[in-house]
Amino acid sequence: MLEAVKISKEFPGVKVLNEVNFKFYPGKVNAILGENGAGKSTLLKILTGAYTQYDGEIKLNGKTVSFSNIKEAQNAGIAIIHQELNLIPELSVTENLFLGREMLTPLGLLDTKKMEAEAQQIFEKIQLHVNPKTLVQKLKVGEQQLVEIAKALLSNADIILMDEPTSALSDKEIENLHRIIEQLKVEGKTIVYISHKMDELFRIAENYTVLRDGNTIDAGEMKATTEQDLIRKMVGREVLIEKKNSESQFDTSILKVNNLNLSNPNNKTRKLLQDISFELKKGEILGIFGLMGAGRTELLETIFGMHPNNSQYAIEVNGTNTFHKKPKDAIENGLAFVTEDRKTEGLVLGMDISANISLTGLKSVGLLNNTKDKAASQNYIEKLRIKTPSETQLCQNLSGGNQQKVVLAKWLTTNPQILMMDEPTRGIDINAKNEIYNLIKELAANQMSILLVSSEIPEILALSDRILVMAEGKIKASYLASEANEDKLLKSALPE
Amino acid sequence: MNISLNHPLIKKSQSLIALFILCLFISLLSDKFMTSTNLWNVLRQISVNVCISVGMTLVVLMAGIDLSVGSILGLTAAICAGLLKNGLVFESMNLFVGFTVLGAILAAMLIGMALGLFNGWVITKFAIPPFVATLAMLTIARGLTMLYTEGIPISNLGPEFEFIGSGWILGIPVPVWISLIMVLIVVFLTNKTTFGRFIYAIGGNERAAFLSGISINKIKLTVYGIAGMMAAVGGVLVTSRLNSAQPNAGMSYELDSIAAVVIGGTSLSGGVGTVTGTVIGAVIIGVLNNGLVLLDVSPFWQQVVKGIVILLAVIIDKMNQKNK
Repeated sequence: MLEAVKISKEFPGVKVLNEVNFKFYPGKVNAILGENGAGKSTLLKILTGAYTQYDGEIKLNGKTVSFSNIKEAQNAGIAIIHQELNLIPELSVTENLFLGREMLTPLGLLDTKKMEAEAQQIFEKIQLHVNPKTLVQKLKVGEQQLVEIAKALLSNADIILMDEPTSALSDKEIENLHRIIEQLKVEGKTIVYISHKMDELFRIAENYTVLRDGNTIDAGEMKATTEQDLIRKMVGREVLIEKKNSESQFDTSILKVNNLNLSNPNNKTRKLLQDISFELKKGEILGIFGLMGAGRTELLETIFGMHPNNSQYAIEVNGTNTFHKKPKDAIENGLAFVTEDRKTEGLVLGMDISANISLTGLKSVGLLNNTKDKAASQNYIEKLRIKTPSETQLCQNLSGGNQQKVVLAKWLTTNPQILMMDEPTRGIDINAKNEIYNLIKELAANQMSILLVSSEIPEILALSDRILVMAEGKIKASYLASEANEDKLLKSALPE
Repeated sequence: MNISLNHPLIKKSQSLIALFILCLFISLLSDKFMTSTNLWNVLRQISVNVCISVGMTLVVLMAGIDLSVGSILGLTAAICAGLLKNGLVFESMNLFVGFTVLGAILAAMLIGMALGLFNGWVITKFAIPPFVATLAMLTIARGLTMLYTEGIPISNLGPEFEFIGSGWILGIPVPVWISLIMVLIVVFLTNKTTFGRFIYAIGGNERAAFLSGISINKIKLTVYGIAGMMAAVGGVLVTSRLNSAQPNAGMSYELDSIAAVVIGGTSLSGGVGTVTGTVIGAVIIGVLNNGLVLLDVSPFWQQVVKGIVILLAVIIDKMNQKNK
């Protein structure tokens, strides 16, 4: 049993954990619930030896342990699957899997064949269909996540910590993972599971602990509680996500995409996107749903001018024909793009909030206006409820949800006509999610047009006026909000 | 009062404190150090490295590197001297163009900038790593210098030109004025302009910067252009100080310049650092050189000591980052 006794951790100016207590039981899935910034990630880092300075005790099977680095935690049988992927893009899938525990031939050389065979085996177990020789950078986020899971499985750890393992997975992949987790439970492993998806927790978890603002709020058995109860404990009030059931009338066309095609530079035979045409109206929220690899992200990227050499298309923005050779062109045309990965694409983590928020609005040549930027940032910090001591806080010190809000603020400063969002609430807690939902609705009500890509059906249903479903690089179906439901969306999204 | 080494103020002014201790140490060991003649002399010597290093800081802030500044300094120094002394002769057209001091200096700066822009063009257009592109320029520019000078120094450039390197204005050596102006300009650029902000953003996360609509290539071109121009300014200072352009002028200056940047706390991986830090770094190197000479340390040991100081600076910097 893994136990945490009165763990506290402080960062300059913020107390992230305040005498937190936990018990994680073997053969069970132990859920940790809490909003972003509640301290979950910090706790995991302490448990895995990434943070070595803290108050309190960690006990493993009754004995107090203290890990001075990650390796020691691994040797003690603790593996972690990170929310933010930790793979090396330039290495192959197999090389990543065996990093630090490579198999050797009797001569002491790398036994590539054996490792690849082993990798193949484990991939079959988790139904990941990639060649073990593939470079990790060629994989989509969802596939990379599965590789992380394979890595933890491979280490034969007794305690597996999973931080939002399903946030980037399709439903099928999630089912897969849950099947594997059941298997691990039977083998007597301790699973510590962080997720914001309630239905998922009720399906697989036995125990829960709720964290709020660094404090342990409650702990108990899943079967003795309800979703509403847990949510109330997490956020301190009840939150509901409702499906949008009626749509308003939209007249003015703002974006028309005609015959958009995107070829794959590595594979000439299969196009990433094929003959995509659609129209976005002023003030409309257009949801784009699809499974992993359907081409949703690529579609937004192409419209934003990120693939000028591999794409052909005609788009009209506000009735004017245009082609975006680079993001700058798109921004000048009134587009904004909240990207999926806030760390690599959204933020300059080493700069402060104010500098990040103002980045999109700066003239190419000109003077900085710190007073104005500061005021604008403070305005957004308040409006979006970004949790931070001040606007001079570096973005790397913010929690995921707050980082996401900074990304949003950064794009809102450009006052875009068309806001494209790729998984805007990925890895974000329910409370922050709702705040972002309300913001999106408010923006649309103020005549901003929104392209919303999401793999979460409730999110798509809650927000969209109209929904496009993509599969294999094509648009497969289009529904009005009133006629859409979970079944229809899923059915259309499945590849033929 | 409880002063800990982790106090933010101390961390911020760490290199300044190091400099202070260094000066104190040397002045205790040698009474020649704290004389105005010597101190002005040190500053005059440092001014060349300061000019190069502020340009280098911009490059490094962008997670780049410029190995060619020493060679660009050499070439622009030679061209400046050559234009001043011999002018331009177009035999086919029977034309002779003479150069004033200012004309020659501007020409040198333009050529420095052009060479820097060429660096930037290679780096952005062909996605060549800055290390490789500027390494090539290091060789090219040095070779051109040798060709242009035929390996012979160009000397006796006139008193007017000599004034730049040796003269005084308001009791301060002219090179110190010039480097000060360069520093102020670049400090202004980095702190007050969008251009400066873009440099930090590119160094911190180039992809995020690109997606934010920043014209990465233009910024990079400009920065390498500035670095080349700053090297040319350094070239003018060196040449006028000696009243002669040496074919091997500026050899391995890029290393002192990178050292100044690193000692000044700028991260080689980009995004973090300041121009003022670099200036302090350059002063530390200058004072160290001067002190070692005053203390009669052999030139060979001087190199060893300099290397150790660079290592220490980077190690302390790393430890600070970890403590964060």
